[in-house]
Amino acid sequence: MIAVQVIVGGLLLGAIYALFSSGLTLIWGMMNFINFAHGEFVMLGMYAALLVVVWLGGGPVTFGAAAAGALFALGAVIYLSLVRHVLRGPMLAQILSTFGLALLLRYAAFWWFSANYVSLPGNALSGTIAIGGIFIPVAQLVAGVAAIVLTLLLQLLLTRTLIGSALLAVAEDPGAAMLMGIRPDRIQALAWGLSAGSAGVAGALLATAYPWSPSVGETFGLIAFVVVAFGGFGSVLGSLYAGLIIGLIQAASAFWLGAIYKDVVVYALFVALLWLRPQGLMGKA
Amino acid sequence: MTELRVEHLAVRYGDLVGVADISLKVAAGQVVALLGSNGAGKTTTLNAVAGLVQPASGHVEWCGEPITGQPAYAIVRKGLTLSPEGWRLFASQTVEQNLRLGAMALADQSRKGAMFERVYGLFPRLAERRQQPAGTLSGGERQMLALGRALMCEPKLLMLDEPSLGLAPAVVGSLYEKLAELHRQGLTLLLAEQSIPLALAIADYAYVLQTGRVALEGPAQELARNEEVREIYLGVRTPQPAPGGSA
Repeated sequence: MIAVQVIVGGLLLGAIYALFSSGLTLIWGMMNFINFAHGEFVMLGMYAALLVVVWLGGGPVTFGAAAAGALFALGAVIYLSLVRHVLRGPMLAQILSTFGLALLLRYAAFWWFSANYVSLPGNALSGTIAIGGIFIPVAQLVAGVAAIVLTLLLQLLLTRTLIGSALLAVAEDPGAAMLMGIRPDRIQALAWGLSAGSAGVAGALLATAYPWSPSVGETFGLIAFVVVAFGGFGSVLGSLYAGLIIGLIQAASAFWLGAIYKDVVVYALFVALLWLRPQGLMGKA
Repeated sequence: MTELRVEHLAVRYGDLVGVADISLKVAAGQVVALLGSNGAGKTTTLNAVAGLVQPASGHVEWCGEPITGQPAYAIVRKGLTLSPEGWRLFASQTVEQNLRLGAMALADQSRKGAMFERVYGLFPRLAERRQQPAGTLSGGERQMLALGRALMCEPKLLMLDEPSLGLAPAVVGSLYEKLAELHRQGLTLLLAEQSIPLALAIADYAYVLQTGRVALEGPAQELARNEEVREIYLGVRTPQPAPGGSA
């Protein structure tokens, strides 16, 4: 029974990995731009949720939507003010720009919020429920399920709507997209908004179930890179499967090998996967 | 009435000269051919008119309005569209999604349904394949989709960059039949081609480009008859009859 509980817990956390990683796949996999600040977007989503709860009150829907909206705006602004200009420069400028942005956001958070761990005050999602003999914190259950739903909604947006189709067109061939009357800059700003927004809402979901400090951005950023590469660059569904798998592996190795080994196992498997299947799990050869 | 007027167009790629000095005119309802070998400047000229590359100097005018240097997404909304070299379809998206993207520049969005009907009527094969990713189509079907996608915004002037490139001769024949049909319906065409006999058979007027300049121009029938022109500029040594059934 304890094994089932470990597996369920891992999958629920993995679902949140999937949500923020599908945001990274939009930028890294589709728009071909490496964003080292993605983990910091998740971290900022967590603090955005906290600030909304403390200042304005409101339930999970309120702070989840607020974190998504705030990070959507931040992502679009970062594209328009920073990335758009860096895109004309050499590859190294791209890498350094978001690496610098990550440091800026992380240390701004240390300065503003201090390095202490915080957690959301008790809310509608506090407590634990028992399902068939296993005990799951309500917050983890709701956050995990919400993350899967939101990831699937992102996939539907990309594959079933005209705006998603325009986004994929810009990713594939910006020049040809312009010939269709599409303004690539606006679509890129939207992609950055969606990417940061999904990280923000994932952060809000994480905040309901786990305490955090400003340094979590680094951890989640690394996990997002692993998930995107594991799932095949540019595939939201690939990120979904890969996120669930990574969450599961982490939970299982933490339980059976000890908590300090969980990241070692994940990164060791990652290196092995890149060696055996460099195009990722779901990627085309 | 002159729709498109290009005067002394020059485009540079860094230190390279894409085109040096091109002037041309396209009147409403005409079919105009741009001929010349690889590197003569056909693609660069079309890309500069469509707004994909910025001219270094020169002047482009559309229906009396200067459009020099405007971005491609603005120019396509004015009713002149380019089907680019190599088609540049969105390979991962379906036939229908490609056509839907083509309709984004349609001025009157309520005519979208009518445009789908028109394109599927012109190419029933595309209707059969509507849910198939563009990347899985045959060469002929891709050409149909490229042409259909360009037509979805209901252009007045359609520019085609080497539409026959890489296609089997039978497919090229039916493509030119479609182009002739579109021309009869009132579409103006500006056509870059290496396949000279076909282009001259459909065109009213032609420009022969050589190293980024207009080397020769004239009514298509005159160019087609001129043996010296054929040999020097078009590289055609033996006289070839124009293919039947295309006009």
